Amino acid sequence: MPELVEFTVDGVTCRAAPGTSLAAAMLDAGVTAFRRSRTGEPRGPVCGMGICFECRVAIDGIAHRRACLEPVRAGMTVRTGE
Amino acid sequence: MSDASVLETDVAIVGAGPAGIAAAVAARAEGARTLLLDSAPRPGGQIWRHRDPAQLPASGRRWIERLSGSGAEWIHSANAIDLPAPGVLIAEREGRAFTIRWRSLVIATGATERLLPFPGWTLPNVFGVGGLQALLKAGASVAARRVIVAGSGPLLLPVASSLAAAGATIRLVAEQAPALRVYRFAGALWSDPVRLAQAARYRAGFRRARYRCGTWIVRVDPVGSALSVTLTDGRRIWTDRTDLVAVGYGLVPDVRLARLAGCSIASGCVAVDRSQRTSVPSVFCAGEPTGIAGADSAVAQGRLAGAAAAGARRTGGAASRARRFAARLDRAFALRPDLRALPDPATIVCRCEDVSLGEIGEGWSARQIKLYTRAGMGPCQGRVCQPALEFLRRTGADAVRLPLFPAPVGLLADHANRDEGDS
Ligand SMILES: Cc1cc2nc3c(=O)[nH]c(=O)nc-3n(C[C@H](O)[C@H](O)[C@H](O)COP(=O)(O)OP(=O)(O)OC[C@H]3O[C@@H](n4cnc5c(N)ncnc54)[C@H](O)[C@@H]3O)c2cc1C
Ligand code: FES
Repeated sequence: MPELVEFTVDGVTCRAAPGTSLAAAMLDAGVTAFRRSRTGEPRGPVCGMGICFECRVAIDGIAHRRACLEPVRAGMTVRTGE
Repeated sequence: MSDASVLETDVAIVGAGPAGIAAAVAARAEGARTLLLDSAPRPGGQIWRHRDPAQLPASGRRWIERLSGSGAEWIHSANAIDLPAPGVLIAEREGRAFTIRWRSLVIATGATERLLPFPGWTLPNVFGVGGLQALLKAGASVAARRVIVAGSGPLLLPVASSLAAAGATIRLVAEQAPALRVYRFAGALWSDPVRLAQAARYRAGFRRARYRCGTWIVRVDPVGSALSVTLTDGRRIWTDRTDLVAVGYGLVPDVRLARLAGCSIASGCVAVDRSQRTSVPSVFCAGEPTGIAGADSAVAQGRLAGAAAAGARRTGGAASRARRFAARLDRAFALRPDLRALPDPATIVCRCEDVSLGEIGEGWSARQIKLYTRAGMGPCQGRVCQPALEFLRRTGADAVRLPLFPAPVGLLADHANRDEGDS
Protein backbone atom coordinates (compact mmCIF):
# COMPACT_ATOMS: atom_id res chain seq x y z
CA MET A 1 0.00 0.00 0.00
CA PRO A 2 1.64 3.25 -1.06
CA GLU A 3 1.92 6.12 1.41
CA LEU A 4 -1.18 8.37 1.29
CA VAL A 5 -0.83 12.08 0.57
CA GLU A 6 -2.66 14.66 2.67
CA PHE A 7 -4.45 17.68 1.25
CA THR A 8 -7.17 19.99 2.52
CA VAL A 9 -10.58 20.82 1.06
CA ASP A 10 -12.12 23.96 2.58
CA GLY A 11 -9.84 23.47 5.58
CA VAL A 12 -10.73 19.80 6.15
CA THR A 13 -7.83 17.35 5.90
CA CYS A 14 -8.32 14.51 3.38
CA ARG A 15 -6.10 11.65 2.24
CA ALA A 16 -5.64 9.92 -1.08
CA ALA A 17 -3.30 7.53 -2.83
CA PRO A 18 -0.63 9.36 -4.83
CA GLY A 19 -1.44 9.60 -8.54
CA THR A 20 -5.17 9.92 -7.88
CA SER A 21 -6.74 12.88 -9.67
CA LEU A 22 -7.91 15.63 -7.35
CA ALA A 23 -11.49 15.18 -8.60
CA ALA A 24 -11.41 11.46 -7.77
CA ALA A 25 -9.79 12.14 -4.39
CA MET A 26 -12.43 14.77 -3.53
CA LEU A 27 -15.31 12.46 -4.52
CA ASP A 28 -13.79 9.76 -2.29
CA ALA A 29 -13.65 12.28 0.54
CA GLY A 30 -17.40 12.77 0.15
CA VAL A 31 -17.27 16.16 -1.62
CA THR A 32 -19.96 16.35 -4.31
CA ALA A 33 -20.42 20.12 -4.78
CA PHE A 34 -17.20 21.37 -6.38
CA ARG A 35 -18.51 24.72 -7.57
CA ARG A 36 -21.65 26.84 -7.60
CA SER A 37 -23.23 27.64 -10.94
CA ARG A 38 -24.28 31.15 -11.97
CA THR A 39 -27.67 30.63 -10.36
CA GLY A 40 -26.15 29.01 -7.27
CA GLU A 41 -26.72 25.31 -8.05
CA PRO A 42 -24.13 22.89 -6.66
CA ARG A 43 -22.14 21.20 -9.44
CA GLY A 44 -19.62 18.39 -9.55
CA PRO A 45 -17.48 16.60 -12.13
CA VAL A 46 -19.25 15.20 -15.19
CA CYS A 47 -16.78 14.34 -17.94
CA GLY A 48 -13.69 13.45 -15.89
CA MET A 49 -11.49 14.55 -18.77
CA GLY A 50 -11.23 18.33 -18.87
CA ILE A 51 -14.15 19.06 -21.19
CA CYS A 52 -17.09 20.23 -19.06
CA PHE A 53 -15.40 22.59 -16.57
CA GLU A 54 -17.90 21.55 -13.87
CA CYS A 55 -15.12 20.39 -11.51
CA ARG A 56 -13.52 23.83 -11.15
CA VAL A 57 -12.01 24.62 -7.75
CA ALA A 58 -9.34 26.95 -6.41
CA ILE A 59 -6.05 25.13 -5.85
CA ASP A 60 -3.41 26.80 -3.68
CA GLY A 61 -5.12 30.12 -4.28
CA ILE A 62 -5.33 29.77 -8.07
CA ALA A 63 -8.96 29.94 -9.19
CA HIS A 64 -10.70 27.88 -11.89
CA ARG A 65 -8.45 24.82 -11.93
CA ARG A 66 -10.06 21.67 -13.30
CA ALA A 67 -9.81 19.11 -10.49
CA CYS A 68 -10.08 16.20 -12.93
CA LEU A 69 -6.83 17.19 -14.65
CA GLU A 70 -4.76 17.72 -11.48
CA PRO A 71 -3.05 14.82 -9.76
CA VAL A 72 -3.47 15.24 -6.00
CA ARG A 73 -0.30 16.46 -4.31
CA ALA A 74 0.74 16.52 -0.65
CA GLY A 75 -0.14 19.83 0.97
CA MET A 76 -2.55 20.99 -1.74
CA THR A 77 -5.13 23.42 -0.39
CA VAL A 78 -8.42 23.30 -2.24
CA ARG A 79 -11.36 25.66 -2.02
CA THR A 80 -14.76 24.72 -3.42
CA GLY A 81 -17.80 26.82 -4.23
CA GLU A 82 -16.27 29.42 -6.51
CA MET B 1 15.61 31.59 -31.16
CA SER B 2 16.51 31.19 -27.51
CA ASP B 3 12.99 31.86 -26.22
CA ALA B 4 11.81 28.65 -24.55
CA SER B 5 8.23 29.59 -25.42
CA VAL B 6 8.84 28.77 -29.09
CA LEU B 7 9.43 25.11 -29.94
CA GLU B 8 10.42 23.83 -33.39
CA THR B 9 9.54 20.40 -34.72
CA ASP B 10 8.98 18.48 -37.94
CA VAL B 11 5.82 16.73 -36.80
CA ALA B 12 3.51 18.17 -34.14
CA ILE B 13 0.80 15.85 -32.83
CA VAL B 14 -2.17 17.03 -30.77
CA GLY B 15 -3.72 14.30 -28.64
CA ALA B 16 -1.90 11.41 -26.97
CA GLY B 17 -4.55 8.72 -27.25
CA PRO B 18 -3.94 5.52 -29.24
CA ALA B 19 -3.95 7.50 -32.51
CA GLY B 20 -1.51 10.20 -31.38
CA ILE B 21 0.84 7.74 -29.67
CA ALA B 22 0.99 5.49 -32.75
CA ALA B 23 1.55 8.56 -34.93
CA ALA B 24 4.43 9.77 -32.73
CA VAL B 25 6.12 6.37 -32.79
CA ALA B 26 5.69 6.07 -36.56
CA ALA B 27 6.97 9.60 -37.22
CA ARG B 28 10.05 8.95 -35.09
CA ALA B 29 10.65 5.68 -36.93
CA GLU B 30 10.96 7.78 -40.10
CA GLY B 31 13.53 9.96 -38.33
CA ALA B 32 11.40 13.09 -37.99
CA ARG B 33 11.66 15.39 -34.98
CA THR B 34 8.35 14.78 -33.26
CA LEU B 35 6.43 16.57 -30.54
CA LEU B 36 3.30 15.18 -28.89
CA LEU B 37 1.06 17.20 -26.60
CA ASP B 38 -2.07 16.50 -24.60
CA SER B 39 -4.13 18.29 -21.96
CA ALA B 40 -3.91 15.20 -19.76
CA PRO B 41 -1.01 14.64 -17.34
CA ARG B 42 -0.16 11.23 -18.87
CA PRO B 43 -0.30 9.74 -22.37
CA GLY B 44 -3.07 7.23 -23.14
CA GLY B 45 -6.13 9.18 -24.19
CA GLN B 46 -9.52 7.83 -23.21
CA ILE B 47 -9.03 4.11 -23.37
CA TRP B 48 -5.49 3.95 -21.98
CA ARG B 49 -6.03 6.51 -19.24
CA HIS B 50 -4.06 5.25 -16.25
CA ARG B 51 -2.39 6.07 -12.96
CA ASP B 52 0.02 3.16 -13.08
CA PRO B 53 1.09 1.44 -16.34
CA ALA B 54 0.57 -1.90 -14.58
CA GLN B 55 -3.19 -1.31 -14.83
CA LEU B 56 -3.07 -1.11 -18.61
CA PRO B 57 -3.97 -3.83 -21.10
CA ALA B 58 -0.86 -5.31 -22.74
CA SER B 59 -1.30 -3.40 -26.01
CA GLY B 60 -1.65 -0.08 -24.20
CA ARG B 61 1.41 -0.75 -22.06
CA ARG B 62 3.40 -1.72 -25.15
CA TRP B 63 2.47 1.46 -27.03
CA ILE B 64 3.23 3.70 -24.08
CA GLU B 65 6.63 1.99 -23.66
CA ARG B 66 7.30 2.44 -27.38
CA LEU B 67 6.41 6.09 -27.05
CA SER B 68 8.80 6.69 -24.18
CA GLY B 69 11.59 4.90 -26.05
CA SER B 70 10.88 6.70 -29.32
CA GLY B 71 12.60 10.00 -28.64
CA ALA B 72 9.44 11.98 -29.32
CA GLU B 73 9.15 15.08 -27.16
CA TRP B 74 6.16 14.69 -24.80
CA ILE B 75 4.41 17.78 -23.42
CA HIS B 76 1.74 16.96 -20.87
CA SER B 77 -0.98 19.16 -19.35
CA ALA B 78 -0.97 21.46 -22.38
CA ASN B 79 -4.00 22.53 -24.41
CA ALA B 80 -3.76 23.30 -28.11
CA ILE B 81 -5.73 26.52 -28.36
CA ASP B 82 -5.07 28.14 -31.71
CA LEU B 83 -3.70 27.69 -35.22
CA PRO B 84 -3.10 31.29 -36.24
CA ALA B 85 -1.17 30.53 -39.46
CA PRO B 86 0.09 27.51 -41.42
CA GLY B 87 2.97 25.93 -39.52
CA VAL B 88 2.10 27.58 -36.20
CA LEU B 89 0.28 26.08 -33.23
CA ILE B 90 -0.37 27.99 -30.01
CA ALA B 91 -0.72 25.96 -26.86
CA GLU B 92 -1.32 26.86 -23.23
CA ARG B 93 0.11 25.30 -20.12
CA GLU B 94 -0.58 26.50 -16.59
CA GLY B 95 -1.87 29.82 -17.84
CA ARG B 96 1.08 30.52 -20.16
CA ALA B 97 1.03 30.34 -23.93
CA PHE B 98 3.79 28.92 -26.10
CA THR B 99 4.27 28.50 -29.83
CA ILE B 100 5.06 25.31 -31.69
CA ARG B 101 6.40 25.68 -35.23
CA TRP B 102 5.73 22.56 -37.29
CA ARG B 103 6.18 21.22 -40.82
CA SER B 104 3.35 18.69 -40.46
CA LEU B 105 0.50 18.58 -37.98
CA VAL B 106 -1.36 15.46 -36.89
CA ILE B 107 -4.74 16.08 -35.30
CA ALA B 108 -5.57 13.18 -32.97
CA THR B 109 -8.02 14.88 -30.65
CA GLY B 110 -10.33 11.89 -30.14
CA ALA B 111 -13.99 12.20 -29.26
CA THR B 112 -16.14 13.64 -26.52
CA GLU B 113 -19.24 12.22 -24.98
CA ARG B 114 -22.67 13.48 -26.04
CA LEU B 115 -24.62 14.54 -22.95
CA LEU B 116 -28.33 15.30 -23.32
CA PRO B 117 -30.29 17.52 -20.93
CA PHE B 118 -33.15 16.14 -18.82
CA PRO B 119 -34.48 17.37 -15.48
CA GLY B 120 -31.79 16.56 -12.91
CA TRP B 121 -28.85 16.08 -15.29
CA THR B 122 -26.90 18.86 -13.56
CA LEU B 123 -27.10 17.29 -10.08
CA PRO B 124 -23.86 16.23 -8.42
CA ASN B 125 -23.33 12.46 -8.74
CA VAL B 126 -24.83 12.45 -12.23
CA PHE B 127 -21.86 11.82 -14.53
CA GLY B 128 -21.18 11.01 -18.15
CA VAL B 129 -20.67 7.30 -18.85
CA GLY B 130 -17.12 7.81 -20.08
CA GLY B 131 -16.93 10.48 -17.39
CA LEU B 132 -17.50 8.10 -14.49
CA GLN B 133 -15.14 5.64 -16.10
CA ALA B 134 -12.46 8.31 -16.42
CA LEU B 135 -12.88 9.20 -12.74
CA LEU B 136 -12.66 5.52 -11.82
CA LYS B 137 -9.43 5.19 -13.80
CA ALA B 138 -8.17 8.33 -12.07
CA GLY B 139 -8.57 6.59 -8.72
CA ALA B 140 -12.16 7.25 -7.58
CA SER B 141 -13.68 4.48 -5.51
CA VAL B 142 -17.13 3.12 -6.38
CA ALA B 143 -17.07 0.12 -4.03
CA ALA B 144 -20.53 -0.67 -2.62
CA ARG B 145 -22.10 2.30 -4.46
CA ARG B 146 -25.26 1.71 -6.46
CA VAL B 147 -24.96 2.87 -10.08
CA ILE B 148 -27.44 3.20 -12.93
CA VAL B 149 -25.70 3.27 -16.31
CA ALA B 150 -27.81 4.73 -19.09
CA GLY B 151 -27.75 6.42 -22.47
CA SER B 152 -26.64 4.81 -25.67
CA GLY B 153 -23.83 3.10 -27.51
CA PRO B 154 -21.27 0.36 -27.02
CA LEU B 155 -19.51 2.30 -24.26
CA LEU B 156 -22.25 1.40 -21.73
CA LEU B 157 -21.16 -2.23 -21.59
CA PRO B 158 -17.43 -1.92 -20.84
CA VAL B 159 -18.09 0.89 -18.38
CA ALA B 160 -20.74 -1.09 -16.48
CA SER B 161 -18.38 -4.03 -16.38
CA SER B 162 -15.43 -2.02 -15.07
CA LEU B 163 -17.65 -0.39 -12.43
CA ALA B 164 -18.87 -3.83 -11.35
CA ALA B 165 -15.29 -5.10 -11.23
CA ALA B 166 -14.46 -2.17 -8.92
CA GLY B 167 -17.18 -3.28 -6.50
CA ALA B 168 -20.14 -1.12 -7.57
CA THR B 169 -23.65 -2.56 -7.66
CA ILE B 170 -25.01 -2.03 -11.15
CA ARG B 171 -28.76 -1.49 -10.71
CA LEU B 172 -29.48 -1.33 -14.41
CA VAL B 173 -27.87 -0.67 -17.78
CA ALA B 174 -30.48 1.21 -19.83
CA GLU B 175 -29.83 1.47 -23.58
CA GLN B 176 -32.21 3.77 -25.42
CA ALA B 177 -31.89 1.98 -28.77
CA PRO B 178 -34.42 -0.80 -29.45
CA ALA B 179 -33.23 -4.35 -28.79
CA LEU B 180 -33.66 -5.44 -32.39
CA ARG B 181 -31.21 -2.87 -33.71
CA VAL B 182 -28.69 -3.46 -30.93
CA TYR B 183 -28.72 -7.23 -31.49
CA ARG B 184 -28.45 -6.81 -35.24
CA PHE B 185 -25.41 -4.60 -34.65
CA ALA B 186 -23.91 -7.10 -32.22
CA GLY B 187 -24.63 -9.86 -34.75
CA ALA B 188 -22.67 -7.99 -37.39
CA LEU B 189 -19.67 -8.11 -35.05
CA TRP B 190 -19.42 -11.84 -35.91
CA SER B 191 -17.43 -10.65 -38.88
CA ASP B 192 -14.94 -9.07 -36.48
CA PRO B 193 -13.52 -11.66 -34.08
CA VAL B 194 -11.66 -9.15 -31.90
CA ARG B 195 -14.73 -7.05 -31.25
CA LEU B 196 -16.88 -10.14 -30.74
CA ALA B 197 -14.55 -11.49 -28.07
CA GLN B 198 -14.63 -8.09 -26.40
CA ALA B 199 -18.43 -8.01 -26.45
CA ALA B 200 -18.60 -11.48 -24.93
CA ARG B 201 -16.18 -10.51 -22.15
CA TYR B 202 -18.14 -7.40 -21.31
CA ARG B 203 -21.41 -9.30 -21.10
CA ALA B 204 -19.81 -11.89 -18.85
CA GLY B 205 -18.45 -9.16 -16.61
CA PHE B 206 -21.81 -7.95 -15.39
CA ARG B 207 -24.10 -10.90 -16.02
CA ARG B 208 -25.96 -10.21 -12.83
CA ALA B 209 -26.92 -6.66 -13.84
CA ARG B 210 -29.87 -6.15 -16.14
CA TYR B 211 -29.23 -4.77 -19.63
CA ARG B 212 -32.44 -3.29 -20.97
CA CYS B 213 -32.75 -1.97 -24.47
CA GLY B 214 -35.42 0.56 -25.41
CA THR B 215 -35.14 2.12 -21.94
CA TRP B 216 -34.09 5.61 -20.94
CA ILE B 217 -33.91 8.01 -17.99
CA VAL B 218 -36.72 10.58 -17.83
CA ARG B 219 -35.54 12.55 -14.79
CA VAL B 220 -33.38 12.38 -11.68
CA ASP B 221 -34.30 13.87 -8.30
CA PRO B 222 -32.22 14.15 -5.14
CA VAL B 223 -33.40 12.17 -2.09
CA GLY B 224 -31.06 12.95 0.79
CA SER B 225 -27.63 11.94 -0.42
CA ALA B 226 -29.09 9.40 -2.87
CA LEU B 227 -30.81 9.88 -6.22
CA SER B 228 -34.25 8.84 -7.36
CA VAL B 229 -34.18 7.96 -11.05
CA THR B 230 -37.32 7.89 -13.17
CA LEU B 231 -37.04 5.52 -16.14
CA THR B 232 -39.32 4.52 -18.98
CA ASP B 233 -39.49 2.01 -21.80
CA GLY B 234 -42.08 4.12 -23.59
CA ARG B 235 -44.99 2.17 -22.08
CA ARG B 236 -44.30 2.02 -18.38
CA ILE B 237 -42.68 4.57 -16.03
CA TRP B 238 -40.93 3.53 -12.82
CA THR B 239 -38.40 4.86 -10.33
CA ASP B 240 -35.30 3.37 -8.77
CA ARG B 241 -32.89 4.52 -6.04
CA THR B 242 -29.20 4.84 -6.72
CA ASP B 243 -26.09 6.62 -5.47
CA LEU B 244 -24.58 7.46 -8.81
CA VAL B 245 -25.87 7.86 -12.35
CA ALA B 246 -23.68 7.50 -15.44
CA VAL B 247 -25.51 8.69 -18.53
CA GLY B 248 -24.14 9.48 -21.99
CA TYR B 249 -25.55 9.31 -25.50
CA GLY B 250 -22.62 8.14 -27.56
CA LEU B 251 -19.43 9.78 -28.72
CA VAL B 252 -19.03 12.82 -30.95
CA PRO B 253 -15.81 13.22 -32.97
CA ASP B 254 -13.84 16.21 -31.61
CA VAL B 255 -13.31 18.11 -34.85
CA ARG B 256 -12.76 21.54 -33.34
CA LEU B 257 -9.04 21.80 -33.95
CA ALA B 258 -9.52 20.38 -37.45
CA ARG B 259 -12.23 22.91 -38.16
CA LEU B 260 -9.94 25.66 -36.90
CA ALA B 261 -7.26 24.41 -39.30
CA GLY B 262 -9.81 24.70 -42.12
CA CYS B 263 -10.04 20.95 -42.82
CA SER B 264 -13.16 19.86 -44.66
CA ILE B 265 -15.65 18.03 -42.51
CA ALA B 266 -18.28 15.61 -43.84
CA SER B 267 -21.16 14.38 -41.65
CA GLY B 268 -19.39 15.57 -38.53
CA CYS B 269 -16.13 13.75 -39.34
CA VAL B 270 -12.81 15.04 -40.68
CA ALA B 271 -12.40 13.92 -44.30
CA VAL B 272 -9.07 12.13 -44.92
CA ASP B 273 -7.46 10.18 -47.77
CA ARG B 274 -5.64 6.81 -47.62
CA SER B 275 -2.63 8.50 -45.99
CA GLN B 276 -4.81 10.27 -43.40
CA ARG B 277 -4.19 13.55 -45.21
CA THR B 278 -6.89 16.19 -44.66
CA SER B 279 -7.97 18.78 -47.23
CA VAL B 280 -5.37 21.19 -45.81
CA PRO B 281 -1.74 20.73 -46.94
CA SER B 282 0.57 19.19 -44.29
CA VAL B 283 -2.34 18.60 -41.90
CA PHE B 284 -3.19 14.97 -41.08
CA CYS B 285 -5.89 13.50 -38.90
CA ALA B 286 -6.15 10.11 -37.16
CA GLY B 287 -8.48 8.32 -34.76
CA GLU B 288 -11.97 9.28 -33.62
CA PRO B 289 -12.15 12.70 -35.38
CA THR B 290 -12.41 10.76 -38.67
CA GLY B 291 -15.31 8.64 -37.30
CA ILE B 292 -15.98 6.71 -34.09
CA ALA B 293 -14.34 3.33 -34.65
CA GLY B 294 -12.45 2.39 -31.48
CA ALA B 295 -8.86 2.04 -30.36
CA ASP B 296 -7.57 -0.51 -32.91
CA SER B 297 -8.67 1.69 -35.75
CA ALA B 298 -7.14 4.72 -34.01
CA VAL B 299 -3.79 2.92 -33.82
CA ALA B 300 -3.93 1.85 -37.47
CA GLN B 301 -4.76 5.38 -38.59
CA GLY B 302 -2.14 6.88 -36.28
CA ARG B 303 0.62 4.74 -37.79
CA LEU B 304 -0.31 5.86 -41.29
CA ALA B 305 -0.65 9.50 -40.28
CA GLY B 306 2.65 9.61 -38.39
CA ALA B 307 4.61 8.02 -41.23
CA ALA B 308 2.95 10.19 -43.88
CA ALA B 309 3.45 13.34 -41.79
CA ALA B 310 7.15 12.46 -41.61
CA GLY B 311 7.25 12.31 -45.39
CA ALA B 312 7.02 8.55 -45.99
CA ARG B 313 4.69 7.20 -48.66
CA ARG B 314 2.22 5.07 -46.74
CA THR B 315 -1.39 4.29 -47.58
CA GLY B 316 -3.99 1.98 -46.12
CA GLY B 317 -7.68 1.32 -45.75
CA ALA B 318 -7.94 2.17 -42.06
CA ALA B 319 -9.85 5.40 -42.54
CA SER B 320 -12.45 4.00 -44.92
CA ARG B 321 -13.00 0.98 -42.65
CA ALA B 322 -13.45 3.41 -39.76
CA ARG B 323 -16.02 5.41 -41.73
CA ARG B 324 -18.02 2.26 -42.49
CA PHE B 325 -17.95 1.15 -38.86
CA ALA B 326 -18.95 4.62 -37.67
CA ALA B 327 -21.93 4.64 -40.04
CA ARG B 328 -23.09 1.24 -38.73
CA LEU B 329 -22.75 2.50 -35.18
CA ASP B 330 -24.79 5.62 -35.98
CA ARG B 331 -27.60 3.54 -37.48
CA ALA B 332 -27.72 1.02 -34.64
CA PHE B 333 -27.69 3.60 -31.87
CA ALA B 334 -29.66 6.39 -33.55
CA LEU B 335 -31.23 8.58 -30.88
CA ARG B 336 -34.99 8.19 -30.46
CA PRO B 337 -37.05 11.38 -30.88
CA ASP B 338 -38.58 10.80 -27.39
CA LEU B 339 -35.33 12.13 -25.93
CA ARG B 340 -36.08 15.57 -27.37
CA ALA B 341 -39.12 15.79 -25.11
CA LEU B 342 -37.22 15.17 -21.86
CA PRO B 343 -36.06 18.68 -20.93
CA ASP B 344 -38.78 21.07 -19.78
CA PRO B 345 -38.51 24.84 -20.29
CA ALA B 346 -36.76 25.24 -16.91
CA THR B 347 -34.14 22.54 -17.63
CA ILE B 348 -30.66 24.01 -17.96
CA VAL B 349 -29.11 23.36 -21.35
CA CYS B 350 -25.86 25.35 -21.07
CA ARG B 351 -24.29 24.35 -17.76
CA CYS B 352 -21.60 27.03 -17.89
CA GLU B 353 -23.97 29.98 -18.25
CA ASP B 354 -27.11 28.37 -16.72
CA VAL B 355 -29.21 28.97 -19.83
CA SER B 356 -32.48 27.03 -19.71
CA LEU B 357 -34.19 25.50 -22.72
CA GLY B 358 -37.11 27.91 -22.37
CA GLU B 359 -34.79 30.86 -23.04
CA ILE B 360 -33.89 29.48 -26.46
CA GLY B 361 -36.35 30.29 -29.23
CA GLU B 362 -37.55 27.56 -31.60
CA GLY B 363 -35.74 27.72 -34.90
CA TRP B 364 -32.83 29.84 -33.70
CA SER B 365 -29.49 29.13 -35.37
CA ALA B 366 -26.43 28.19 -33.31
CA ARG B 367 -25.20 31.75 -33.83
CA GLN B 368 -28.46 33.32 -32.64
CA ILE B 369 -28.47 31.12 -29.55
CA LYS B 370 -24.99 32.35 -28.58
CA LEU B 371 -25.81 35.94 -29.35
CA TYR B 372 -29.08 36.11 -27.47
CA THR B 373 -28.43 33.81 -24.50
CA ARG B 374 -24.67 33.28 -24.10
CA ALA B 375 -25.28 29.50 -24.31
CA GLY B 376 -21.99 28.02 -25.48
CA MET B 377 -19.98 31.08 -24.50
CA GLY B 378 -18.80 29.76 -21.12
CA PRO B 379 -15.51 28.04 -20.35
CA CYS B 380 -16.42 24.74 -22.05
CA GLN B 381 -16.89 26.73 -25.26
CA GLY B 382 -20.01 24.81 -26.20
CA ARG B 383 -18.38 21.38 -25.94
CA VAL B 384 -21.32 20.12 -23.86
CA CYS B 385 -24.33 22.17 -25.01
CA GLN B 386 -23.56 22.33 -28.70
CA PRO B 387 -23.93 18.62 -29.46
CA ALA B 388 -27.04 18.65 -27.23
CA LEU B 389 -28.58 21.57 -29.07
CA GLU B 390 -27.72 20.03 -32.43
CA PHE B 391 -29.95 17.15 -31.39
CA LEU B 392 -32.65 19.04 -29.46
CA ARG B 393 -33.08 21.94 -31.83
CA ARG B 394 -31.41 20.58 -34.96
CA THR B 395 -29.03 23.53 -35.03
CA GLY B 396 -26.06 23.02 -37.33
CA ALA B 397 -22.52 23.07 -36.00
CA ASP B 398 -21.29 26.60 -35.47
CA ALA B 399 -17.96 27.99 -36.61
CA VAL B 400 -15.34 27.55 -33.88
CA ARG B 401 -14.81 30.54 -31.66
CA LEU B 402 -11.28 31.28 -30.53
CA PRO B 403 -9.57 30.15 -28.43
CA LEU B 404 -10.35 26.43 -28.28
CA PHE B 405 -9.91 26.40 -24.52
CA PRO B 406 -10.55 29.52 -22.47
CA ALA B 407 -7.24 31.30 -22.26
CA PRO B 408 -6.70 33.68 -19.37
CA VAL B 409 -7.51 37.21 -20.53
CA GLY B 410 -4.56 38.82 -22.25
CA LEU B 411 -2.66 35.57 -22.54
CA LEU B 412 -2.34 35.68 -26.30
CA ALA B 413 -1.38 39.36 -26.28
CA ASP B 414 1.13 38.69 -23.49
CA HIS B 415 2.59 35.96 -25.53
CA ALA B 416 3.09 38.15 -28.58
CA ASN B 417 4.90 40.72 -26.43
CA ARG B 418 7.11 38.15 -24.77
CA ASP B 419 8.01 36.78 -28.17
CA GLU B 420 9.19 40.16 -29.35
CA GLY B 421 10.93 41.06 -26.12
CA ASP B 422 12.98 37.87 -25.97
CA SER B 423 14.03 37.41 -29.55
C1 LIG C 1 -14.90 9.47 -22.11
C2 LIG C 1 -14.57 8.34 -23.06
C3 LIG C 1 -14.34 7.05 -22.59
C4 LIG C 1 -14.04 6.00 -23.46
N1 LIG C 1 -13.85 4.73 -22.96
C5 LIG C 1 -13.63 3.70 -23.83
C6 LIG C 1 -13.47 2.35 -23.37
O1 LIG C 1 -13.54 2.08 -22.18
N2 LIG C 1 -13.28 1.36 -24.28
C7 LIG C 1 -13.21 1.63 -25.61
O2 LIG C 1 -13.01 0.70 -26.41
N3 LIG C 1 -13.32 2.88 -26.07
C8 LIG C 1 -13.55 3.92 -25.22
N4 LIG C 1 -13.73 5.18 -25.69
C9 LIG C 1 -13.62 5.37 -27.13
C10 LIG C 1 -12.24 5.91 -27.40
O3 LIG C 1 -12.42 7.21 -27.90
C11 LIG C 1 -11.41 5.07 -28.36
O4 LIG C 1 -11.45 3.72 -28.09
C12 LIG C 1 -9.92 5.48 -28.38
O5 LIG C 1 -9.50 5.99 -27.13
C13 LIG C 1 -9.75 6.49 -29.45
O6 LIG C 1 -8.41 6.90 -29.56
P1 LIG C 1 -8.04 8.32 -30.11
O7 LIG C 1 -6.55 8.35 -30.06
O8 LIG C 1 -8.71 8.57 -31.39
O9 LIG C 1 -8.67 9.38 -29.09
P2 LIG C 1 -8.55 9.60 -27.51
O10 LIG C 1 -8.13 8.38 -26.83
O11 LIG C 1 -9.81 10.24 -27.13
O12 LIG C 1 -7.37 10.68 -27.37
C14 LIG C 1 -7.51 12.03 -27.72
C15 LIG C 1 -6.63 12.87 -26.83
O13 LIG C 1 -6.58 14.20 -27.36
C16 LIG C 1 -6.49 15.11 -26.31
N5 LIG C 1 -6.93 16.42 -26.80
C17 LIG C 1 -8.08 16.72 -27.48
N6 LIG C 1 -8.12 18.01 -27.80
C18 LIG C 1 -6.97 18.57 -27.33
C19 LIG C 1 -6.43 19.89 -27.36
N7 LIG C 1 -7.06 20.90 -27.97
N8 LIG C 1 -5.23 20.11 -26.75
C20 LIG C 1 -4.56 19.09 -26.14
N9 LIG C 1 -5.02 17.81 -26.10
C21 LIG C 1 -6.20 17.56 -26.69
C22 LIG C 1 -7.37 14.50 -25.24
O14 LIG C 1 -6.97 14.97 -23.96
C23 LIG C 1 -7.13 13.01 -25.42
O15 LIG C 1 -6.15 12.52 -24.53
C24 LIG C 1 -13.99 6.26 -24.84
C25 LIG C 1 -14.19 7.55 -25.31
C26 LIG C 1 -14.49 8.59 -24.46
C27 LIG C 1 -14.73 9.98 -25.01
S1 FES D 1 -14.98 16.81 -14.82
FE1 FES D 1 -15.32 17.82 -16.69
S2 FES D 1 -13.69 19.23 -16.74
FE2 FES D 1 -13.27 18.13 -14.95
